[in-house]
Amino acid sequence: MLEFLTIARWSPYIAGAGIGIVSCLAFVFADRPLGCSTAFVKARGLIGKMISAEKTMAMEYYQDIVPKVDWPFMIIPGIIIGAFFSSFLSGTFHFLWVPALWASVFGNNVVLRVVVALAGGILLGFGARWAGGCTSGHGISGSIQLSLASIITAACFFIGGIAVAMLLYRVIGVALP
Amino acid sequence: MTSLAAIRTSSRGQVVLGLVTGILFGFLLQKGGVTDYGVIEGQLLLTDFTVIKLMLSAVIVGMIAFHLLKHSGFANLHAAHGTLGSNVIGGLIFGAGFALLGYCPGTVAGAVGTGALDALFGGMIGLLLGAGFFARLYPNLKSTLVRGPFPAVTVPEFLHLNLWVVIVLLEAFMIGFLVLLEQYGL
Repeated sequence: MLEFLTIARWSPYIAGAGIGIVSCLAFVFADRPLGCSTAFVKARGLIGKMISAEKTMAMEYYQDIVPKVDWPFMIIPGIIIGAFFSSFLSGTFHFLWVPALWASVFGNNVVLRVVVALAGGILLGFGARWAGGCTSGHGISGSIQLSLASIITAACFFIGGIAVAMLLYRVIGVALP
Repeated sequence: MTSLAAIRTSSRGQVVLGLVTGILFGFLLQKGGVTDYGVIEGQLLLTDFTVIKLMLSAVIVGMIAFHLLKHSGFANLHAAHGTLGSNVIGGLIFGAGFALLGYCPGTVAGAVGTGALDALFGGMIGLLLGAGFFARLYPNLKSTLVRGPFPAVTVPEFLHLNLWVVIVLLEAFMIGFLVLLEQYGL
């Protein structure tokens, strides 16, 4: 009866429809859009508070987004656990440093992959806060609400993303010896 | 019966609900295939359309459900007034990071749950650093963030059309787009 939980991949239409429902549950029970990037600000603020509470709490941005363990913060540990359950149940969980597609063009060097991933993560965190949300906050929850800003932001995520991915794989990757 | 307002204002309850919401979200992201670097990068290289299929399915279901819930008083609008300075510039910076990392802030956490160590040591740490840089620079960026405000908050306001007309048109457009993707075998 529960075999569907052990299937490695569901149709993206089914998984997507489920995510649409989960986004609505967030609106009903938390009165918030389901987003992920706020958690990283809060986590960074909490780390800052451990180092210097006074300096961190004096920062203006943390007046708006208060560093504490609450609903938006718990989304990220939740996602890690949920994705772990899913991959564990289907037997696809495995430790991996370099994704196959990356390795096929840029090789198996772990340091190179982690340095580029780190640079990407910094831009992602910076850009998400600059735009006021991420692929779930703007792309899904914002679009659901017919927010003009969110739909424009989501388009920019993909315009920027496609341009840099093409540069990486179709220009730099091709020019490599 | 506990009222909705009591659930929404219970700080301990919200911590548990946030965790449960995250678990459901992470489970569905992984089952949908979008916690995989190859799937996300494939979308940005326009060779794999899983990400768009999943996102549009979520929006197709969520858009009608949200507006029915809002109409019945179970959900509130949380859309903010956007600007060119915030949404367009921030969106393009995000896009560049999206392509270099190959995950977004939610799917990077999902990838960590599947054992992706580049997502943990590159992505998660990078996101913490990037969010921290933004918090530090925020006082200097504030004037840029408010530049070029958009003419309306929602699409129906922008188009001067009835909300339900816009919903029906957009739902039809999104479904049509997915049908086209399938017909072209993408």
